[in-house]
Amino acid sequence: MSFHPRMAYDATFHRSSRVLTETGDPFAYSEDNLARFNQVVTRYPPDRRRSAVLPALYLVQEQQGYITAAAIWYVAGLLGITPADVEEAVFYYTMFHTRPVGTYVLRVCRTLSCALNGAERVTQEICAALDIKAGETDRSGTFTLFEVECLGACDRAPVVMVNDAWQEVQRPEDVGQLLAELKTRGEDALTGCHHRVVK
Amino acid sequence: MNPLLTPYVRDPDGATFDFYLQHGGYDGLKAALAITPDQVIEMVKASGLRGRGGAGFPTGMKWQFVDRKSGAPRYLTCNADESEPGTFKDHLLMERNPFLLLEGCAIACYAIGAKVAYIYIRGEFFHVQRVLEAAVAEAYARGVLGANILGSGFDCDMYIHRGAGAYEAGEETALLESLEGKRAQPRNKPPFPAVIGLYGCPTAVNNVETLANVPLILKHGAEWYAALGPEKNGGPKLYCISGHVKRPGVYEAPMTITLRELIEGRAGGVRDGRTLKAVIPGGSSVPMLLPDQLDIPASFDGVQKAGSLLGSAGIIVLDDTTCMVWLAENLLHFYRHESCGKCTPCREGTDWLHRILVKIERGAGQLADLDLLSSIAGNIAGKTLCAFGDAAVTPVVTTLGHFRHEYEAHVREGRCTLPAPWRAQHPVGAH
Repeated sequence: MSFHPRMAYDATFHRSSRVLTETGDPFAYSEDNLARFNQVVTRYPPDRRRSAVLPALYLVQEQQGYITAAAIWYVAGLLGITPADVEEAVFYYTMFHTRPVGTYVLRVCRTLSCALNGAERVTQEICAALDIKAGETDRSGTFTLFEVECLGACDRAPVVMVNDAWQEVQRPEDVGQLLAELKTRGEDALTGCHHRVVK
Repeated sequence: MNPLLTPYVRDPDGATFDFYLQHGGYDGLKAALAITPDQVIEMVKASGLRGRGGAGFPTGMKWQFVDRKSGAPRYLTCNADESEPGTFKDHLLMERNPFLLLEGCAIACYAIGAKVAYIYIRGEFFHVQRVLEAAVAEAYARGVLGANILGSGFDCDMYIHRGAGAYEAGEETALLESLEGKRAQPRNKPPFPAVIGLYGCPTAVNNVETLANVPLILKHGAEWYAALGPEKNGGPKLYCISGHVKRPGVYEAPMTITLRELIEGRAGGVRDGRTLKAVIPGGSSVPMLLPDQLDIPASFDGVQKAGSLLGSAGIIVLDDTTCMVWLAENLLHFYRHESCGKCTPCREGTDWLHRILVKIERGAGQLADLDLLSSIAGNIAGKTLCAFGDAAVTPVVTTLGHFRHEYEAHVREGRCTLPAPWRAQHPVGAH
C-alpha cells in the first residue's frame, strides 16, 4: 500500500535491523564502572537521572562490547526510568552496538567532502581486503566496518575512525597497510594528527 | 589581520593553561566579573556578535531573552555537536584552544546568571573530549571554574556531555532533548529555550565558536570587535574549506574577505589543474554558488544577498569532475539517515528523494522523475518543526536549478555521464 500515488511502499520499504532477539547474559556494572556511573550522575540534577542514559550506555558498551536487553533493563533500573526509555536511546543513537563487533571498529566517513576525496574507494578497499560488506564483521572477529555520515574533519578527508581514535587523510592505497599494522601494533599504528596533541 | 581565535593552534603548548594565561587568557573573564551581568550582555549586544552555529542570530539578544523572572535555575549549554557536512572549525578550537571556549562559557554563565554549563560534544569527537575534560579539570584547579571564581563570589560548574551519533542533536531544542536523555528530536517553538529550555528551565544554547568570541569582546571592547568586519558582521570568523582545493583547512579572517579570496587565495584554488564547477558556501544545507558568484563578502549578509547562506561557513569546493546527480544522492543519503523521524514529510520525503536520486544516478530514471523530485521537495520545505526539512531538500533543489541538464543527460543516456576516478566503480555500502 502506498501513501503516494507514484511511490512503491511495499514490505521491503522499511526494514528494521533494530530488534533484540536475545536477552543476553545477566548484566551488572563492574565495581569500577558502578563507581564511574555514580560519579557521572552527579553532573545532573537529582531528579533528572535520565540525563545520564548516554554515559550509562557507553559504560555498558565499554564493559561488554555491545548492548543487550539485559543491560537495558539494568540501566533502566539504575536511572529509575523504563526499559523502553533506555531502548529508544540505544536504537536512536548510531554509536551504540546491539550485536558483537570486532576488536577494531572502522567507521569510514562517506559524506560529501570525504567522498570527493576518495572515501568510496577506501570503503571498497576495506571490503575487498576483509571480504565483508559495510555493517559486517570479518571472519576472524578483528574488524567491523561501518560507513558513517560526516565526522567533521573534512579538511583531512577521507577520515576513518578506528574505535574512538581517528585516522585522517586515509587514501585507498593505504588501506592494506593500515589493516596489517592494526593487527600487529594495535591502535599505536594510528597516525591521526590529534595524537600529537593528546597523550 | 592576525588571527584572534586561532593564533596559537600550531604551537605545541598552545592548548595549555599557562600558555593561555601568558597570552592574555582570562583577561576577558576578569573584565566581565568587574561589571554587572547586564553590562556584559549590553557589551555583547553592542559588539553585534552573531551566532556562529549557522543561523547568525545576535548572541546578546539571545542572552537577554533568558528569563530571569521565573526564579528557576538557568543553564548554559554549549553546542559542540559539530556535524554539518563541510564544517570542522569547532573541532579545531576545542582541540587547540580549549581555554578560550571555557572562558567564553564562564562569561556567558555570568551574564545570564547560570551556575551550570553543559558542553554537549558529539560522540565521534572523543579525542577532543579528552582535551576538554583535561582543560576543565585544570580550570577548576586554577580557580577559574567552580566556587567563587577569581574571588568574585560567582560560582560556575561545567560538565561535558558526550552525544552518541545524531546530526539532529545540533538543533538547539533537539540538543536539549538529548541532554535530558531522550532521542534528539526538536521541540515545537515557541516556547524558545530562553524561556523553557533544559529541564524546563531558562537556557541559552550557543555554538562553540560563538562562545569563543566572547572573551575577545570583553577584553578589547565592543567597538573594537564590531569594527573588525562589515556592519552587522563584526569580529573574526572561522572558515572551513574542503573538497577539491589545494590547501583544505580552517582559515580565520574578518567577514570583509570575499569567497574568491578564501578559495583561490587561502586555500590555493582548485587542485590538479581542474576548473571550478560550483561552491557550497555554508555547509551542505545551503544553496550552491557558481564560479561567477564568488566576488562577494563571505559575511552572513553578503552570502545571503548572493542567494545562499553563510550557515556554518563550511565551504565545499567542487571541481568539474563532480557529477551533480551523484552529489545530490550523496547528500540525500546523509539527510535520509539523519532525519530524526519526528515529522512525516521529512522522515518519508528524504527517503523518497534518495530512492529517486539513486535510480537516476544508476541510469534507470525517467524525465518525469525530475518533476517528482521538485514536487516532493516542495512538500517537505517549510512543513517541518525544525530547519532540517529545508536543509534536506536544498541539495536537490539547488542541483536541479543549476544543473538540470546533467539530470536530463543521466536519463537520456541511461548512465552516470560524469563518473569521476575518485568514486568507486560500483556502488559500495550496505544501503
